[in-house]
Amino acid sequence: MPKETGWRISLIAVFVALSFLYLTPTLVGNLPSWWGNLMPKDKIHLGLDLQGGTHLVMQVDTDKAIEGILDLVATDLEDTLTGKNLHYKRIVRDGADKVSIVLYEKGTADTVQKLIKDKYPTYEQSPTFDEAGFVALTLRVNEKEIQDRKDKAVQQALETIRNRIDQFGVSEPTIQREGISNIVVQLPGIKDPQRAIELIGRTARLDFKMVREDLSPTSGVIPDDAEILKEKSVDPATGAVTEIPIVVQKKSMITGDLLTDAQVRIDSQFNQPYVAIDFNSLGAKLFDQVTAANVGKRFAIVLDNNIHSAPVIRERISGGSAQISGNFTEKTAADLAIVLRAGALPAPVNIIQNVTVGPSLGQDSINKGLFAGLVGVLLVVAFMAVYYKLCGMVANLGMILNIIYLMGALAALGATLTLPGIAAIVLLIGMSVDSNVIIFERIREELKLGKSPKSALDAGYDKAFLTIMDSHITTLITAAVLFQFGTGPVKGFAVSLSLGVIINLFTSLIGTKVTFDLFLHKGTVKKMSI
Amino acid sequence: MELLGKTNIDFMGKRNISFIISAIITIVGIIGIIQIGRGAANMGIDFSGGTSMQLKFEKPLAIAKARSALHNSGIDKVDLQEIKDGNKLLVKMAGAAVGKQSEIVQEAFKKEFTDNPFTVESTTEIGPSIGDKLRKDTIIAVVLSLLCIIIYIAWRFDFKFGIGATAATMHDVMAIIAVFYVMDKEINLLFITAVLTVAGYSLTDTVVVFDRIRENLHKNMKSALHNVFNGSINEVLSRTIVTSLTTFMAAGALFFLGGEVIHDFSFALMIGIAVGTYSSIFLATPIVLLLEQRAVVKKSETA
Repeated sequence: MPKETGWRISLIAVFVALSFLYLTPTLVGNLPSWWGNLMPKDKIHLGLDLQGGTHLVMQVDTDKAIEGILDLVATDLEDTLTGKNLHYKRIVRDGADKVSIVLYEKGTADTVQKLIKDKYPTYEQSPTFDEAGFVALTLRVNEKEIQDRKDKAVQQALETIRNRIDQFGVSEPTIQREGISNIVVQLPGIKDPQRAIELIGRTARLDFKMVREDLSPTSGVIPDDAEILKEKSVDPATGAVTEIPIVVQKKSMITGDLLTDAQVRIDSQFNQPYVAIDFNSLGAKLFDQVTAANVGKRFAIVLDNNIHSAPVIRERISGGSAQISGNFTEKTAADLAIVLRAGALPAPVNIIQNVTVGPSLGQDSINKGLFAGLVGVLLVVAFMAVYYKLCGMVANLGMILNIIYLMGALAALGATLTLPGIAAIVLLIGMSVDSNVIIFERIREELKLGKSPKSALDAGYDKAFLTIMDSHITTLITAAVLFQFGTGPVKGFAVSLSLGVIINLFTSLIGTKVTFDLFLHKGTVKKMSI
Repeated sequence: MELLGKTNIDFMGKRNISFIISAIITIVGIIGIIQIGRGAANMGIDFSGGTSMQLKFEKPLAIAKARSALHNSGIDKVDLQEIKDGNKLLVKMAGAAVGKQSEIVQEAFKKEFTDNPFTVESTTEIGPSIGDKLRKDTIIAVVLSLLCIIIYIAWRFDFKFGIGATAATMHDVMAIIAVFYVMDKEINLLFITAVLTVAGYSLTDTVVVFDRIRENLHKNMKSALHNVFNGSINEVLSRTIVTSLTTFMAAGALFFLGGEVIHDFSFALMIGIAVGTYSSIFLATPIVLLLEQRAVVKKSETA
């Protein structure tokens, strides 16, 4: 055996062994525990199109996050001024980046200006101006601060969503940030996608607000400090939805960020699920004060600007626990508990892309895809064996090597196999055969010129080399561009295709050549089976 | 075994016929592209934005009934399509807002067809902003990959070959678009993937032919260009046929057995393989020949 053939065979064998090593976690279900510490444990992941699941792209409404922050600033200023006995006419958020403050007299304005400067040094303050006889000034967030806050809001939304998904229980979810304000979520194998989407996309802002019994929602005129919210109730018998408008105080008494825990409990009396919540020490103190001061009045539990319920406060509640009851099923109660525990999103999110594949279709696709792939392989194998006889079998061997290597490489990279990925493998089969056809046709030509099998073989490989390189590089260029710009399934296609091209270059130029060399190196073979 | 022995077909002599055929294909393809650009072709929701759902019913369902059920729930602009095996229905709503649309469809069918329960096999909702981004990215991808390939060919061969290869590749892309446009098949991301794959395949095919022409041009300085080109194609003809045949077999297996998700994808591949083979012989090579002959004439004039 020539020296060169020796190391080539070893190389091929080493690659085969490596491929199987990397494929072990994919092929074997339960690996012994020592395996994970020493050996590769990445698997070939199935894309969502093959195993079913949900792919979501969500856009965080970052403008709303800024508005929320400014609302907080306005409320905080109101409290501070009231606390210091400084009278003001109005403090409200004005547009997307300003808080406007209207005061009665110039004297207060000076004090307020100084106070704001100490409290919010990063905000830009306008000089005071006259507004219909009152003294006004505006407080503006600068652009850099806005960008910074938006960035934080997206980051926080991502953490909250991750938290919710973890608590919901999805195996191997992917949660990533994409671009400035988008979050991509992948939930493989999820059984109830609709429920998951609702859970993830919900803002889950919880407010406790006092009901203004003195105002009627139909009266038309609502003062600045109150608002009309709706209480939805569903008749369990008919499914009819009724909406009752209720006037509530605009300012929240307590908000959801003061919660430490939320759990589903079952009411022993009516066998109805409810959500038990626990406040932190500040929340407990506030809740104690509010309930003590308002016994006999109603307060509204507001979720995302809808009134969930508006019970009457029967007695002072101290101890920092409360419960939210109402028309819950066990599932809706569990979901509410999850979102309350995980916390509210800093801003609403909009789902801008949702691709959901049910598990049955996924299974169907993988079965059909694999079956079609197998039939394709068999057809090509049969054709090559008939058309090129023994040499065709060598080409077939190369093709099998290609598939083993590709699978191994996919496993080693922890890559995702998608349906177009399977298509790419089938295409690889075609290309793998093509390289050999180019070589074989060359060899046939050389044989016709009367060369011996060995020299025909060498000439065939030499002359085909450049052609094969050219054809592979052009395909590789396409694959690279597809990878760069493709998303989801298309990317999977590009990965399989580019790996396939590189692997095929190896097998067709080294793998099959070595097989021929083994048989032909002595020069004793008189006739080639081609 | 050999399918073809030694052939001696005058491919170059048939260039007038092939140019006419290709011109017609290209014109239809250009019309298709214009229509796609205007959004008048059968655009997948990947690009137009909207909602598409695949439902599997237990019993057969008449499309007209499904349409009236949706109409009763206020959905009028809807594309309904039946998938032959397994009582499946494809519901497509372009440009609709993401979120509620799929729920409304489910509610409508649940209400109207109480005796024919269904499962949702897949749902795709694409917001308009995503559709725009995808369209932009796709155009960049197509243009960039074609550009890279042309530069590569121009570098490996020379400029005339670059023109021939580019023309043939563009022609093949046009041909697939033409077929999909005429058959009113959906233009989606998978289709674009197929188009780019075919562009790569078609080039591979052309490169093999060009390689042989270049080799023979170096070997055979005295013969007429016309004969060298014809001879080269005849020499690689059996390779061209065998490769196309095997790749076609593999794509065909996907087409017939791969399931509905990649049905159109493999269809595009099959067309591409056929057209790609045709164009390297009947389009790319004659174009290079014409350019070479013109260059020779110019040279002799100046001499």
